[in-house]
Amino acid sequence: MTIWAKWTDQKTEEIIGNLLRAGVLLAAMVVSAGAILYLVRHGEAPADYRIFRGEPTDLRHVRGILKNTREGHARGIIQLGVLLLIATPVVRVAFSVFAFALEKDRMYVIFTLIVLSVLMYSLLGA
Amino acid sequence: MSVLVFTLLVAAGSLVAGFLGALTGLGGGVVLVPLLAILFKVDIRYAIGASLVAVIATSSGAAAAYVKEGFTNIRVGMFLEIATTLGALSGAFLATRIPAPALAIVFGLVLLYSAYLSSRTRPLPPANEEPDPLATRLKLNGSFPTPNGVRHYFVRRVPAGFGLMFGAGTLSGLLGIGSGAVKVLAMDQAMRIPFKVSTTTSNFMIGVTAAASAGVYLRRGYIDPGLAMPVMLGVLAGSLLGTRVLVKAQTRSLRLVFAVVIAILGVEMIYKGLSGKI
Repeated sequence: MTIWAKWTDQKTEEIIGNLLRAGVLLAAMVVSAGAILYLVRHGEAPADYRIFRGEPTDLRHVRGILKNTREGHARGIIQLGVLLLIATPVVRVAFSVFAFALEKDRMYVIFTLIVLSVLMYSLLGA
Repeated sequence: MSVLVFTLLVAAGSLVAGFLGALTGLGGGVVLVPLLAILFKVDIRYAIGASLVAVIATSSGAAAAYVKEGFTNIRVGMFLEIATTLGALSGAFLATRIPAPALAIVFGLVLLYSAYLSSRTRPLPPANEEPDPLATRLKLNGSFPTPNGVRHYFVRRVPAGFGLMFGAGTLSGLLGIGSGAVKVLAMDQAMRIPFKVSTTTSNFMIGVTAAASAGVYLRRGYIDPGLAMPVMLGVLAGSLLGTRVLVKAQTRSLRLVFAVVIAILGVEMIYKGLSGKI
């Protein structure tokens, strides 16, 4: 219990820093892997983003993206990297709930939980 | 244009945007959307989706370094993120209802305002005032390291800062930008937080704010992997490079040049929006 007893803001800052760095690095690696596959397979195809069509439903939610990734679709793998990137700040906020709880700062646990629920609502929908 | 050529050109453009954004402290997001929409003829909704992804990447990457330096005020950040994430969510829902030309006009106005802000010199930091009871209750007052020892500061005008932050979040969700300029304005001007603390805390908040609207964009099909990929990787590489040379570079004149570029892009976006060419 001594580690928990001596919990400080500084320790929180250090862990948050590492967490953010790891998340961005992981996301960039997954996106790069998807990019190589995508360019090898579709590099010759014409690129056109003039008209907005919206992405296929499979690339719009977590389950569809995971399915696409398992099947080895390049665009699905890139989208998985994007999802990891969006998840990085969410994980940071989730960790903050835990850190404020260790500091027994009830007010900030509540503030952080509010932010976390807004993020979850945005990502997973109502 | 083939996918390969398009990807390489967009990556190169994003690299320059990220580099200049980091060097001038204005962020790359603000020039990304006009770059994609005007130069690459990308639909503004795809452009905003891709820019949002890049904003999360650069903000999280930079925040990782700043947080450890001890300037970031995590409590101020967490408290104000309630306002920015709620704002971002409303901005993202608003974006799905506003027609593309109107989005372009709003974007142009924000660009002009950012150009004005960055060309203006900052007023001197105010003298230390009395602690504010609300800020004290919310435990927002903080300190940061200086060469002459730790400096303490008191946060002021919390409701005004909170309101401005909601606005910053809405703009971020509506336009896919970090809106760091408005965030710094709220903290540095309204809440009287020291400049270095304001900028690093603003950067800390940008990733969470952008994530709040990115979820909505993803579910609405606004984030295209083929476009988000070169934008994200390019901006990330550019901003990492920018922060490396930041220490040596003379940024005053560069900021001015960048401000002029932003202003021109702003006028262009408003023109395109008014003439319905976007």
